[in-house]
This record gives sequence, C-alpha cells and structure tokens, in this order.
Amino acid sequence: MAERSAFGQWLHYAADSDIWWSFKSSATTVIAAAVTVLIVAMAFLAPVIAPHTPFDPSTLSLSDGLKPPVLFSPDGDWSFPLGTDDQGRDVLSSIMYGTRLSLIVGFASVVVAMVIGIGLGLVSGYFGGAVDALIMRIADVQLTFPAILVALLIDGVVRGLISVERHDEIATFVIIGAIGLSFWVQYARTVRGSVLVEKNKEYVQAARVIGLSPVLIMVRHVLPNVTGPVLVIATINLGLAIITEATLSFLGVGLPSTQPSLGTLIRLGNELLQSGEWWITVFPGATLALLVLAVNLLGDWLRDALNPKLR
Amino acid sequence: MLAFILRRLAQSVAVLLTVGLVSFFLFRYVGDPINAMVGQDTPAVEREALRQKLGLNDPAPVQFIHFIANAARGQFGLSYRTSEPVNRMILERIPATLELSFCAAMFALWVGVPMGVYTGLYPKHWSSRALQAVSLIGISLPTFLIGILLILFFSVMLHWLPSFGRGETVTIGWWTTNFLRWKGIEALILPSITLGLFQLTLLMRLVRSEMLEVMRTDYIKFARARGLSNRAINFGHALKNTLVPVITVAGLQLGSLIAFALVTETVFAWPGVGQLFIQSVQFADIPVMAAYLMLIGLFFVVINLGVDLLYFAVDPRLRSQVGGRAGAH
Amino acid sequence: MTTVARSLSNKEPLLEVKNLRVEFPTRRGTLLAVDDVSFDIAPGEVLGVVGESGAGKSLTGNAIIGLLEPPGRIAGGEIRLEGRRIDNLPYEQMRKIRGARIGAIFQDPLTSLNPLYSVGRQLVETIQTHLPMSAADARKRAIDLLKEVGIPGAEHRIDHYPHQFSGGMRQRVVIALALCAGPRLIVADEPTTALDVSIQAQIIALLKRLCRDHGTAVMLVTHDMGVIAETADRVAVMYAGRIVEIGPVHNVIKHANHPYTRGLMGSIPSLGHRSERLIQIDGSMPRLTEIPRGCAFNPRCSERGRRCLVERPDLIPAGLGWAACWLHDVAGVGPAATKELADA
Repeated sequence: MAERSAFGQWLHYAADSDIWWSFKSSATTVIAAAVTVLIVAMAFLAPVIAPHTPFDPSTLSLSDGLKPPVLFSPDGDWSFPLGTDDQGRDVLSSIMYGTRLSLIVGFASVVVAMVIGIGLGLVSGYFGGAVDALIMRIADVQLTFPAILVALLIDGVVRGLISVERHDEIATFVIIGAIGLSFWVQYARTVRGSVLVEKNKEYVQAARVIGLSPVLIMVRHVLPNVTGPVLVIATINLGLAIITEATLSFLGVGLPSTQPSLGTLIRLGNELLQSGEWWITVFPGATLALLVLAVNLLGDWLRDALNPKLR
Repeated sequence: MLAFILRRLAQSVAVLLTVGLVSFFLFRYVGDPINAMVGQDTPAVEREALRQKLGLNDPAPVQFIHFIANAARGQFGLSYRTSEPVNRMILERIPATLELSFCAAMFALWVGVPMGVYTGLYPKHWSSRALQAVSLIGISLPTFLIGILLILFFSVMLHWLPSFGRGETVTIGWWTTNFLRWKGIEALILPSITLGLFQLTLLMRLVRSEMLEVMRTDYIKFARARGLSNRAINFGHALKNTLVPVITVAGLQLGSLIAFALVTETVFAWPGVGQLFIQSVQFADIPVMAAYLMLIGLFFVVINLGVDLLYFAVDPRLRSQVGGRAGAH
Repeated sequence: MTTVARSLSNKEPLLEVKNLRVEFPTRRGTLLAVDDVSFDIAPGEVLGVVGESGAGKSLTGNAIIGLLEPPGRIAGGEIRLEGRRIDNLPYEQMRKIRGARIGAIFQDPLTSLNPLYSVGRQLVETIQTHLPMSAADARKRAIDLLKEVGIPGAEHRIDHYPHQFSGGMRQRVVIALALCAGPRLIVADEPTTALDVSIQAQIIALLKRLCRDHGTAVMLVTHDMGVIAETADRVAVMYAGRIVEIGPVHNVIKHANHPYTRGLMGSIPSLGHRSERLIQIDGSMPRLTEIPRGCAFNPRCSERGRRCLVERPDLIPAGLGWAACWLHDVAGVGPAATKELADA
C-alpha cells in the first residue's frame, strides 16, 4: 500500500478530494458541464457537421429566404431545421459558426486579461512604491467604469487611429484586445495581494539572500498560490467576456457581419423582429443565454469548491 | 466629519482629473481636431494659423489645463460628425437617460432588496430556491437580449407596449420629461425593466448573502438569546446591518446604470446620451466620446459622495470617529 | 439515571437535564456531540461545566436555551425548567422564556452587541419585549441596570454605541442585557475568555455578586478551571460529549475521582498541589467520528484496565460526587490493558 505510484496517489487524491466530491454531488454542475462540452463541441465541429456554409455567398439562394423553423410552421424545410434569414442563410449553421467565433473571442480575451493582470499584479506587488501606486490608481479608476464602456472606448480609439474601412479586417483582434484590457483589474488585485503576503515570508527573504532572482521566486512561489483564485476569476470572466463581445457586436461595434458572432446574428435578426420573423433572433439568443448560464454555473461551483470566502 | 468629507472631495477631484487626462489624450492625440474643422483642400498655412489660434501648438500641460478649464464650463468643442456643439447635443439627450436610469434604479431597489431579504431569511424555502435559480438566469442573459425578448412578447406579439422611442414628452425649460403623459410613462416601462433587471438580480443576490452572513453573527444570536421577536431581529437588527455593504454596491450600480443605459437605449431607440456615445464610437467622433467620458466620471463621483454621506446616517462607528472614542478607557 | 448528579441542596431543582443527546447529521454520518448528559441546577446555584473545546459543553448550553445551530438537534432526553418541559416547546413559546426566564452570555463581548444600535436602545428593546413597561420606565430600568453592572456615568453612557465601550465595559453591558428581564438562570458560555486577564477577575466577581443578589442560578461553561474554582458551587467535567465527573467544586479539585479530571487539575499551576512540575495528559481528545469503544478516555488513561476497552462506564457514586470510571465500581477495571491490546 505504501508502494503506490505518484500517479496512483494523485488519482486517489483526486477521487477522494472535496472538489471532485462537490462536483459529483451537484447535479446542476454536472449538467452545466455537459451543456458546456456539448456547445463547445458543436461550435468547433461546425465545418464538419454544419448542414450549410452560411457565409459563402455562392451557396446562398434568395429563394430560400425567410423560411420558418420546421417544428413551428408547416412551411418549414427540413434542410433548414431552424429556418433561414432574409438572405437564405441557414440559422442552425449560422449559430454553429457564430458560437465558434464567440467562444474564440471569449477565450482569447480572458487569456489577454489574465496575462496583463497577472503581469501587472506581480510588478505592482513586488516593486511596490510609485509603480504600485500608479497601477493600482489606474485600476481604481478603470473599475469605476463598467467593462463594456471601457471596451467601447478602446474600440472607438482604434477606429480613430486607423481608418474605419481597415477596422473590419482587424476587428477580431481589436475586440479581443478591448475586452482583455477591460477585465485585467481583478487578476491584478488578486495577484498583488498574494505577492504582498508572500513577499515578507521568510522563505522568500531567504531565497533573496542566497541570490535567487526575484522573477524566479515569483514564478516558483507566488503563481502556484494564486492558481485557484485566478482560475475562478477566469471562469466567471469567460461568461462576462462572451456577453461583452455579444453586446459590442449587437451594438454594431464588434465583429462585422461578414464574420458574424452570436451577437452579430442577434443584431441582424433584430432588424426583422418587428415583422414577426422571430426565429432569426431567438435561436442565437437562446444559444448565447444557455452557453453563458452553463459557464456561470461552472464558475459559481468552482468558486464555492475552491474558496468559499472569495466573493 | 468635515475632514472626512474634504478628503473624499479631494479623492473625487483626483479621479475626475485622471478621467480628464484620458479624455484629453483622446481629444488631442487621437485623430486631428483640425481635419474635422476645415475642408480637405485647406492650405497648410491656414491650418497652421488655426492651430496657433486654438492653442494646439502650446506645450501639452498648458493644453491640458485649457482642456480642463473648458470641460469645467461644459465646453467640449464641436462634434466631428454633426459639427454641432457637443455640450448642446449632450444637454438635449441627458433628460432621457436620467429618467430611464432613475426608473430602472427604483425598479431594481424596490423589487431586488425585498426579494433579497426574503430569500436570505428563508434560504431553504422552495420559493427562495426558485428565485435564486431565476436570478442566475437573469445574470446570464445579456441586457440587449432581455430587451429583445421583452419587445418580442409585449410589443410584437401582444401589442401592449411601445417598442421604441420616448412616446410623448413634455418640455419644462430645457428638460424634457416622460412622466407627465401616459404615453410617455408607457414608453418607459419596457426599457426600465430591461435596464434594471440585471441590477435587480445583483442586488437580490447581494442582500441575500449579506443577510445570511448577518444572521450568523454573535449579535443576532445574542438578540435571539434575549428572546427578541423575529420581527425585531429580522427587520431591525439584521436588515440594518446588511445596509452598509448594500449601499456601497447599490451606489456603484446606480452609476453603472447610467453607463449601461447605452445598450438599452440602442435596443429601444431611446434618444439618450448612451445612444449618442455609440454613434460617436462608430464614427470615431472623439469630442463627443471625451465629453461622455467626463460626464460618466462626474456621475460616479457625485454618487460616491452621496454613498459616503449615507454611511454616516447608517453607521455610528463612522460618526464618532471624528470625536474620538468618547469616554472609553 | 434520574437520581444521578442531584444537587447538594434538598430544594426542588430549577433546571433538570435528563439523558440529553445532541446530534449533528453530516456528510459522513451522524455525530453524537452530546451523549446522555444528565444534571440538575438548584435555584441560586452556580454549576461550572468544564472541558476541552469540542467536549460538548457549549452545545449543552445552547440546547438549554433552545438555540442549537442547525443542523444540530436534540435527539433525545429532556430539559425541564421549574418542572416544565422546555426542550420541545414551539419556537414562539421558547422565545418568551429566553431572556425572561433564562438569560445567556456569550464568549465575545466585542461581537455580542449590535454595532448599529446604542446600548440603551438594545436594553430598552429587551426590557419591553418581556416586561409590560412604558418606554420611559424601561429606560429608567436600563440606567439602573447599567449602574448595577458598574458602568460609570450610566445616565450619559446609555446613549453611546457599543464601539465607544472597552471590552470589559461591553461585557458588563452584555451582563446587564442578560439580566434585564430578571431571569432565574443564566447560561454563561466562556464569559471571560475573550477578555484581558486583569478584567476577567472583575467580570467574574461581578457576575457572582449579581447572581447572589438576584438569586439567579448560573451555568458557567468554561475551559478555565481557575474561574470554576473561584465561582462555582459544583462542577461537571465533560469529555467527548459525556459528563465524566460531577461533584462539589472543592472535592473535585482536591480529590478528583476520574483520571481525566486529575489530569485536568494537574495541568493548572495554582491548583497542582505539591507537585513540582505540571502533570500533562498524553494525546488529545478523540474526534467525534472516532470515539473508541469502551471508555472514551481509555487511550489516554494511565489506569485503564481491560474492562475500560469494552464497556462504557456510566456515572458511579465516588466520594461526595459521581464519576464515570470503573475504578469506582466494585468490579474495578479488570486486568491491566497493555498498549498493544488497546490499539488492537
């Protein structure tokens, strides 16, 4: 029994751990995880499983336009199960491709926010003094404004710096950068707090005395300590980032209609809502809500499981 | 107390100056103000003269001081897009945004706080669990989607309420109001719910968790041990103690309502400053963006000051900090 | 069992606790935190309840005032106050007893008072809940109470907020609050633990004097034998959810009948008579999930016999009191039990 391999021991630990226990025992969390996996799989397998390629103009035909979904109307066409929009695009396929874009932008902007936040948090906590004061004041002021406003502002600045026409080409990167820059504060604060605690511990002092580089100390000792909280923030922020992207796209300052995300699809559909073609808006909207709800449930659960004090 | 308020005022001014700095950089270095004011074929000499006249060749700190001085008087120059004075454009639209935000805030407060108290007091009851579940859905639905769904049900399908615009308004001085005409009030309903719903769920969840926290404290246990009635404990001792954090968040939320209004305004074609801001982002209309930024910053600062004053009313620990610990040994 | 642990006086007991069991359902099964506890308190008597943290003494106190924190619950036995059963009363009826008939004092005076209300408001509110008094009369009574607990300038201090009082002063306010409707019994849970040593003695003296003056009985829960020795008439020693010894305080201190109590007394410098070094008990109290078979104290006991490993002792008359130890049984502890046997 004492001869158990390291991996075996880890497995044993994982199976017995509170995290796994709390996951298994929460039906909501298991369902949320399943829904998330399903939506992610659907989005990334879109080129393989989607019935149409909605944004290739050569495959579109206006005669297919505005077909209602099959389950709601006898005029439906089984080759377009969720109906079509005014251009004859298949709504189901649009949703699959749109979800993929939403997810990519969401993930990428969370990574950007995480990298910026952890980096600035480390710098701020480790160097202290004026650098710390500057970074934290910027954080305070930025926190005063909702993320959506910060993202809008950054987007507006980029539009001011380059021509509006060129903007569409790099829109994805602008959006990722804008959302990333509007969510870094929480990571920075968490990491900074942890650095301040660790910095004065004896082993860090000792490591410094024997001449280990500060960077090494940070990476070795501080980062492992903040993995939990950072992971929780990232999960919760993923939902927020997806919503923010959708909102920007809905407002018409996000992804262009040539590369539509869920938000763009909802905006395009919204223009037809008044005339009763609800399916073009409602299905992408429901997908978006379901995705964000599932991700939020996972985030809530992770927060409670890792650290009930973190709010 | 006076010292505290003065310190808070100084902090507010610092925040405003920071926001002003950002606005100034936007205004001055993103895009060229001259291009917007003169035609494409204006000769370089004339441009240079205008540059000199507008003070654009002054050292940056001097320009910044000018910018702040102008901003303090509400002068933000002309819009690149419409060539109208920015302050007039904003002033025309601000009543719409403020009235919408006010209604949304009232909706969020008067529905969200009681719901939070209820779910905090009876966390195990099925209705609390249901409310808690619904609130999670509320947080996961983006504002614009809520608006669209409300329009779909109440305007497109049921034809009960209007889906866009302010309906009928009455002008009093420079202020236009929705509150004096039934059509105006009708037009307010859907946008207010849309804008307030997210804050409502947030407030409800906050009050709930604070309430749960307070109910576990020693002073509540001691109040129970003295046999006080549930009513006195729940609505006297417990609710008052949850107020402090709730005021903070409610204050911040009120500020973000005004900013979040831009999404709701777009969905409902509500002619407020938010909609103006979106248009200015699309056209890179920097003066309007800078002015909007300063305006939101001002709102936040004013709201934060109000929140600080409310603290004094609620928490005696703050009140006596100034006088010292009277008589304690 | 019902005759066990009667108080010394012949008066009708004020509080009777019989075979009380408190349990906590948890994810790994139900924990029995208080197991078959019985004792009486006579009117005006001070009963000290002592034991390590987790021994179940605070839970016993909470069960008596009807404020066990969920999921804890009374799983058996009964509690009677002045002959009337109170452990199964509906919440509203029990509420009227709390404060009026049974007062309570908790450990931390810093957190026991609502920070947002003046002490006067908290006193008046409590008085008016239980006594039919006008606001002016209640306020007068509140001022008198504050004077009685030794708060200087009570007329003026009544309108101050808790944060304007020091820790010791706050505990005095807490005592005034517990006494303000004239209860017959006070359950004091570690009333001095959170205070400075210099103030502890003052508060204990105050509590003792007030209860003597008002004829109030006290159940004094503490882990501090010194406080018990100074204050209590009788003492009950708890270990792993059970009472292991109960008797008059001086007998228990001088001639402890249970090996655990002897260890406990030996660990107090001022009480460890003659012995040059402090005695200490090896090991620690078992967790509630792993209480051993037989006597719960057996793994740490130097006098254990084979009988202690298999059979759990109830309270047996020992000296002037009672002890849950086979040493006092005619049949004794049986043959000595070796370490190996005990671990098996």
